[in-house]
Amino acid sequence: MNPSSALNREPFLGLSSQKEMGITPCITAEQLTLTYGERAAFQNVSITIPRGAITAIVGPSGSGKTSFLMCVNRLTDLLSSCRVSGRLLVEGEDILSKEMDVLHLRQRVGMIFQKPNPFPFSIRKNLEFPLKEHGVKNPEAINGRIHQALTDVGLWQEVKNRLDAPAQTLSGGQQQRLCLARALVLSPTILLLDEPCSALDPLSSGVIEDLVLSFRGRYTVVMVTHNLAQARRLADCVGVFWYHHDGGHLIEHGPVRQIFESPRDPLTVSYINGRKG
Amino acid sequence: MPYNIGFDTSRVPVVLVWGGATLVAGFFLGFVGNLLWQGLPHLSWQFLTTDSLDAGRQGGIAPIIVSTGFILTVCLVVALPIGLGTAAFLAEFTTKDGKWGRFIRRSLDVLSGVPSIIFGLFGNALFCHVLGLGFSILSGGLTLACMVLPLLIRITEEGFRAVSHDYRLTAAALGCSRTSTLLHVLVPLAAPGFLVGVILSLGRAMAETAALIFTSGYVDRMPESLFDSGRALSIHIFDLSMNVPGGDRNAYTTALLLVGCLIMLNGLVTWLTRHWVRQRLGVA
Repeated sequence: MNPSSALNREPFLGLSSQKEMGITPCITAEQLTLTYGERAAFQNVSITIPRGAITAIVGPSGSGKTSFLMCVNRLTDLLSSCRVSGRLLVEGEDILSKEMDVLHLRQRVGMIFQKPNPFPFSIRKNLEFPLKEHGVKNPEAINGRIHQALTDVGLWQEVKNRLDAPAQTLSGGQQQRLCLARALVLSPTILLLDEPCSALDPLSSGVIEDLVLSFRGRYTVVMVTHNLAQARRLADCVGVFWYHHDGGHLIEHGPVRQIFESPRDPLTVSYINGRKG
Repeated sequence: MPYNIGFDTSRVPVVLVWGGATLVAGFFLGFVGNLLWQGLPHLSWQFLTTDSLDAGRQGGIAPIIVSTGFILTVCLVVALPIGLGTAAFLAEFTTKDGKWGRFIRRSLDVLSGVPSIIFGLFGNALFCHVLGLGFSILSGGLTLACMVLPLLIRITEEGFRAVSHDYRLTAAALGCSRTSTLLHVLVPLAAPGFLVGVILSLGRAMAETAALIFTSGYVDRMPESLFDSGRALSIHIFDLSMNVPGGDRNAYTTALLLVGCLIMLNGLVTWLTRHWVRQRLGVA
């Protein structure tokens, strides 16, 4: 992580300022509830995530952060006995409707997981496979997009001479950047990052953090993290999830400065001071 | 005063374990040793490549090897796609507790416990008579396919289930369809498990006698088509030992060849499990 890039940046505008400035919301959840059978992962979450901003979702384990993230690209469809209710708009489109083209949605909403998980293919095929899935068949177009995606994550110089080597031969940090490139190669507008640095060493984490910062303005980034310092360094907005007896709740959200300097909820105060969570 | 029975009782489990292991190893060595002793002197290139003469007492086993090869080929050609497809369906499109999946799994478990002679009678009724294929290599191969499918499906299903769920989530998160994920990601990853299933099924099919007696028949001539009757290695051994006085020498030599093939197949499975499967699934 380049410290200057984080410290010298201008904070992203607050939500009220966004409306004044005409900044459009990208993701809007209204009374969103997710249950696994009888158990609620989170309940009645209402939040607006601004376009082009980095929004960090923080909170203790089990408060529904990852489940919330998985609603945005409808990965929850894969989980048995999982039910989502409420309203969830992504770029103005109700993605919970039955008519939603889920495969197209997931092409627009890329996701990176906690553990780097490249497919057991070559580096090239890891990027080629999703492209072909979405109808990009022209070899020149494929090569161009692979080159662009690898350049965007700073991996091109490191792998350009071994694109046909197995992806598993890369280091953990490189594998996570490859996964990031694999999402970027589909030209998404939204990136969901589920603790992308938690399985990486500090140096590799720094590289990923720099990349996330470079995405500001180009992609709408929603990042789940347990690392409050990371949320403070990277995010424009922060949402705090908390676990109550009836499931997870979004107890507070707003611009990063407000959450860290003048939080309103006593639980948020305890959490950011390290007394709870 | 403590009761003393005269020997250290803590050694009993050790003696039992070592005794059992030695007994099994000794039995195996004795069994293979006897086969080698009786069969090896007669095992030659000529034995493998010449026709059977005098009801199998003389000559070689070339037609038997060819018939066995044809029967196994028919069995695999039919069992592989059905086995892979059913295993993929069970692992990827049904839940472990779902009614439909549970019904199929229960049926497969029952089928895998059915004695092979019952499969033989079923194959005789269905393939030889109802479908009019008569005593033929085709009837034998199809019957064997029915017999090995339960084993093949359950092993292959486990191969699919052993693939980390992360790959399914990752592919879905990239907007890949389930079919495409199955074909491009899961099948290659489950391939080692599938191959282990194929080899074990092949071993079971190769060693099968009862199911073939009623379906592929006894004829020891060189088969000219799949509709000809053909004698498998196991039936040749059975016939020479039970029905042909003076056929013991060739029975031993054929048995040596069959057991040699089975040991090699088992070795291949062990090697695959140790190396390829673990490597593919990322197990340390």
